This record gives sequence, structure tokens and C-alpha cells, in this order.
Amino acid sequence: MTFEEPNRDIPTVMIPPPQGDRVIDVHNLDFFYGKNQALWGIDLPVARNKVTALIGPSGCGKSTLLRTLNRIYDLYPGQTASGEIMFDGENILDQAKNSEQLRARIGMVFQRPTPFPMSIYDNIAFGVRLHRSVARAEMDEIVERSLVRAALWDEVKDKLATSGLGLSGGQQQRLCVARGIAINPDVLLLDEPASALDPLSTAKLESTLMELKDSLTIVIVTHNLQQAARISDYTGFMLLGKMIEFRPSSDAFVSPETKQMQDYITGRFG
Amino acid sequence: MQHDHTLRAFDDDMGQLDALIAEMGGLAESQIREAIEALQYGNHDLASEVIARDKRLDAIEAEVERLAIQLIALRAPVASDLRRVVAAFKISGMLERVGDHAKNIARSTLKIQDFRFGPLAQVPAIAEIAEGMIHSALDAYAAQNVGLAEHVVARDDQVDALYRELIRNLIDHLHEQAANVITATELLLVARNIERIGDNATNVAEAVYYAATGTVMPDRHKVVE
Repeated sequence: MTFEEPNRDIPTVMIPPPQGDRVIDVHNLDFFYGKNQALWGIDLPVARNKVTALIGPSGCGKSTLLRTLNRIYDLYPGQTASGEIMFDGENILDQAKNSEQLRARIGMVFQRPTPFPMSIYDNIAFGVRLHRSVARAEMDEIVERSLVRAALWDEVKDKLATSGLGLSGGQQQRLCVARGIAINPDVLLLDEPASALDPLSTAKLESTLMELKDSLTIVIVTHNLQQAARISDYTGFMLLGKMIEFRPSSDAFVSPETKQMQDYITGRFG
Repeated sequence: MQHDHTLRAFDDDMGQLDALIAEMGGLAESQIREAIEALQYGNHDLASEVIARDKRLDAIEAEVERLAIQLIALRAPVASDLRRVVAAFKISGMLERVGDHAKNIARSTLKIQDFRFGPLAQVPAIAEIAEGMIHSALDAYAAQNVGLAEHVVARDDQVDALYRELIRNLIDHLHEQAANVITATELLLVARNIERIGDNATNVAEAVYYAATGTVMPDRHKVVE
């Protein structure tokens, strides 16, 4: 069975960050769910210490693209990627690479908050212990620092021993961010992190992300265009498995070039 | 032509905004036309009507402002939608100023003493071009027609040239015939107001161009404020 490449004739626009500023550089990436091709020749330059947002209609491949960046698709049989994802001078698609080490440097937060059924403290300590052994005093410091950076410390500092499951949805999501950054990753991937949150929790999460980018790089998949406009520095618009338009967010929402992106963000799709 | 929005209410709001701009444009044009007619024939009643009717333009401008702000707050427009809302907002201000210029011309008409004063005959021709520019600029807005917008801007040179010629004439008259000093001075003001109408038409056309393309019109003919 072969699949026809979709929308071959759609013109694409790519206004990337300067070469030297990129922490991840995706070139000509194809991705397959079994025999079904989901991504077609994707280029994605990810700028260091910036927020890159991936937008597009459901099924366009944005979450799939995000899942290639830390090779989390490895966990699912039959899913394969080809092409190049350059990170730290190496192609992470090279199967000889240790994907666990990779995921320590490129962390991920999912759509639904996924706290472990353990204390707030252990939610963070657990991930750190997986990577190295840490003395109690140092662990206390890591837990506090991570919660402070995730803007959750003031709300939980008096109940660190209580279950992470007792937190509100917004707090749980920031706990997941705290867990993700506790191991000092270079890049944090977020897949629709605010879709289950109310506006105030969303605002807190967004402000957390904007502060975090001083020390790490963020790639976020979102259906919320206003969110992409608010927090991202670069925006990639995808459609049917292709990167249609990639450019600085400052003009992506003012004067996009492709008709497809224009129609999508102004709500004229379909 | 663009598709409709999936959310129909958005198109309804935009349609309302466009209708208000069209109404303002029609009114601004007729204000210019009647101000010039009053001037040509020394018709004080008509001049007074023009002055009184200016309030209507002010009222529509306020309505455009209210609707544009509401649209931004409720619909959060982006890209061409956002540019179009902002353009409508700016254009309503420009048309309000065109109305003020028509009103100023009518006020001068009430002060002019000699309606057979020679240079006055030059005024309608300049005003006709300026009014035509407003008309075309609004056609360009309604159709998002970039070519028409560029054509409006190009025509401003004609208005400026005729304006300078009229000013030279008036100054010559002032040198020769001190008796008509008030009429000549008022006509200087009239000429200035017509020239500003041309500038506003140019600004409207530039706003249309930006809304349609997302880029600033090349400044070959740019008006310096």
C-alpha cells in the first residue's frame, strides 16, 4: 500500500531563526504510523531560549512532530521516523542513541496533568532519582527550586507530603512542569498543556513558561491561537502532515503569507 | 475572494463595520459637494446645512469606534481580519476630518463677500478631484482593491499642483487688489481644506493597501503630514 503525498502544490513559507541560535534543527522529517505516513518532509528550526508554538487543525501532525523531538514514539511499536533531527551536533533519530538520556535533556509535559500517585515532594524527587542518586538535603533544594520555577512553591510549600493528586488541575499541570524541569533539561516539550485548565490557571502556566525560557527552550503544541500569539516567539503552522508556514510569531498573527495559515487563524477553515 | 468565517457572527459584525464606513464615506462626499456648491453660488443656507450636518459624521465615527473595540474584545481578530478592523477604525477618523474640512469650507463661505472673485472659479475643479479620490478610496476599501488604492494616491499630485496654482493666483490678487483681502484670505483657507481632503483620501487609500496586503504602500507618493 502506498500513500499519495498530500497538498504537494501548496507553497510553503519558512522564515527561520539564525542558524547559530538553533538548539534543535529538524530537516526533511518523515514519520510513519505503520505504513501510514503522517509527516512529510518537515523542517523545524527550534531557537534556543525561545518558545516555539506548533499550530494547525486536528490531525495535522503537530503532536506527532512534537513526539519525535524526544523520540517518545520509540515506546510504540511500528512507529518510525526518517530524516534528521539535529540536537547537540547529532541526529537523535540515530537508533544507537540512548533515548532515556535524550529524554532527560528533552522533557515533556502532556495534555492532561499526569501526577504520580505519591506526595508532591516525591513527584519531583522520583524523576531525579531515576537519573542519579541525590542526598536528602540536595533533593530538598531541587524540589524547592523546581516548584519555585514552576510558580507552584507558594501554593504547596506547606503540604509537600500530601498527594499530588489532591491538587487542582492547574496546580497538577504546574507540578508536571516542575517535575519536567527538576532534571534540568535543555528543552521542554508541551502538548496542549493548558487545554484542561481554566483561564487563571492557564495564565499562571503561561507566565511560568515565559519565565522558564530564560533557562531552557520550549516547544508547545496548542489549539489555542491566542495562547500561541501570547507566549511564543516562533510559530509553525502545519496542515496534513506538512509545515506550511514557519515564522516569528510577531508577524505570524498579523500578516501570514500563505492562504492556508491566513484561513486557519482567522477561522475560515473548511 | 476570501471564504466566510466559520463563525457567522464575525462576518455579520464586519458587515456592520463596512456599512458604517460606506455611510460615512457617502456622507463625507456629499458634504464636500454641497460645501463647494454653496461656495460657488454664495448659498448661505446650504453652507449652514453643511455645518449642521457635520454632527452626523461625528456620531457615526463614535459608532465605528464602539463597534471596532467590541469586535476586537469579543472576536479577537487576527491577520487580515485584524488589519481590516484597524483600517476601518482609522478610516472613520480620516472621514471625520474630511467632514471637518467640508465644514470649514462652509464657514468660509459665510464670510466671503464677493462670489464673483476670479480665482473662486478654480476651486470646484480641485474639489471635484479630491471628492473623487475619497469616492475611489472607499470603493477600494469595500472591494479591498489594492490597485485602486494606489491609483488614489497617485492622483494626490494633481490636487497638490492645482492647489499651488490657486495659491499663487490668490497671492497675485492680494498684491493687486487690496479690496478683496477678506475673500482672498477665506479662499486660501478653502484651498487648504481641499488640499487636506486629498491628503485624507490618500491616507484612507494607504490604510486600505495595508489592510489588504499586510505591507506598507511604497512611499513614492507618501503624504507628509
